[in-house]
Amino acid sequence: MQALTNRAKAVDRKPMTLVEKLYVWNIFKGMMITLRHLFKKKATISYPEQKRPFSPVFRGLHILNRDEEGRERCTACGLCALACPAEAITMEAAERLPGEENKYREEKYAAKYEINMLRCIFCGLCEEACPKDAVYLSETFAPSNYQRKGFIYGKDDLLIPNPKDNPGEYWKAVGNRKANKEQGN
Amino acid sequence: MHSALLAIDLFFVIEKLVLIVGIVTMSLVIAMYETYAERKVAAFIQDRRGPNRAGPFGLLQPLADGLKLFMKEEIIPNTSNRFLFILGPCLAMLAAMMTSAVIPWGGKLNVMGREVNLQIADINIGILYVFGVVSMGVYGIMIGGWASNNKFSLMAALRGASQVISYELPMGLSLIALLMLTGSLKMSEIVAQQIDSWWNVVYQPLGFFIFLVCAFAECNRTPFDLPEAENELNFGYHQEYSSMKLGFYLFAEYINMFISSVIMATLFFGGYDIPFFNDAAHADWGNWLVALQAVSLLGKVALFIFLFMWVRWTIPRFRYDQLMNLGWKGLIPLSLINMIVTAAIVLLKANHWKF
Repeated sequence: MQALTNRAKAVDRKPMTLVEKLYVWNIFKGMMITLRHLFKKKATISYPEQKRPFSPVFRGLHILNRDEEGRERCTACGLCALACPAEAITMEAAERLPGEENKYREEKYAAKYEINMLRCIFCGLCEEACPKDAVYLSETFAPSNYQRKGFIYGKDDLLIPNPKDNPGEYWKAVGNRKANKEQGN
Repeated sequence: MHSALLAIDLFFVIEKLVLIVGIVTMSLVIAMYETYAERKVAAFIQDRRGPNRAGPFGLLQPLADGLKLFMKEEIIPNTSNRFLFILGPCLAMLAAMMTSAVIPWGGKLNVMGREVNLQIADINIGILYVFGVVSMGVYGIMIGGWASNNKFSLMAALRGASQVISYELPMGLSLIALLMLTGSLKMSEIVAQQIDSWWNVVYQPLGFFIFLVCAFAECNRTPFDLPEAENELNFGYHQEYSSMKLGFYLFAEYINMFISSVIMATLFFGGYDIPFFNDAAHADWGNWLVALQAVSLLGKVALFIFLFMWVRWTIPRFRYDQLMNLGWKGLIPLSLINMIVTAAIVLLKANHWKF
């Protein structure tokens, strides 16, 4: 049979030589190997202080986007809910009233927008389906929670901070993924 | 009656009490940080970082571990022998702590005009005492394993007992060769001889090696940790133990390791002798010199403890028959030969190198 690697060794059943019987030399060799490892670079990443960079195609928690003037982009068309294979998204639409033009970009907006993070499989189809660039997946991954209902994210969890009131938080929430994607396109 | 009472030197009692408390505390603290060091060494050998969350560099980790052990529920199995079940860990701990009584930790301190010997008891059968107490340590394992009323624990206890008894023989034989050279069983005398001339390891390299291997076996450390072989005996003799009784067993192992390192350093590596340094020429340093000597002894001990850990995380466990083979067919004949050769040379030397 052909060996998978060139490191395969046939079983050796020869009686041990004197040097092998004394154990000492082999033990010494083994200890030198562990001594070398003592000074090797550690593979560990100390997690909360140090974070491993995500791959450019990483898909984390959802974000509901705003435009440059801080208006919600979502128009509650329901395409994301339709595209969702896990049926994790529900929404209720409402009509924009006069005087709310600075809050919602289109005439129709999502009064309620919920994503069940336990059902979501983070496939990113909602992001692809969205015609308004209103929903996209960020680089945050699902945090823990004590109750199942804590995993149903409403609008206040999903909505990105307003870039006009709070630009720092906004750009933090935008994250690298969105920026990378825009660069690529 | 009154004169007899007055004859008791109160300062002597206080001095010894302080020494005992100091040395016991030191062994406990060192054992505590041995657990930390063990985890760190293991981690570094396996390319990991080890405990680094509790306090700076994880230095408070032993405290956290101890607290955890104290908080655990204490379970005494229904079918166990209650008295022996409690006696087991106590005995293991007691035997581990008692050995430190005869070890000279340094020269003579000068405290308010009194000479204070840094040794609890300078008895003239020092090594015999150590051997006696160390072999008592196996009772902790045996009683604990038997009282648990569990076949795995019993098996582990059996293994532990037979292993310790087998390896005490070559240990004693290798020591006889050493004693023929020193001509004294007194620990302080052995150290004093090494300060004046070479360390004993120069004269007895083979004896030291045998002693080292046997010390590994006596401490139940890998590659001789058969009594607690996890993959064969679940957890060995302390399977039924929980809370601080388990902690006592684990702690006793680390104290044993510390004490056997101290004994090896004392017998073979000059005890508190500072290497490449003439202690006698700097007698005017007084107490600082004594402190330096104690530090030098602890430094040697630290190296030995590192060796213990290094070996543990390198070498796999022996099979039981291999262990017995090595002990009875390997080490005992070797130590006998070592003894006979040493005896012949000592005789020849006494006869001025004439047959």
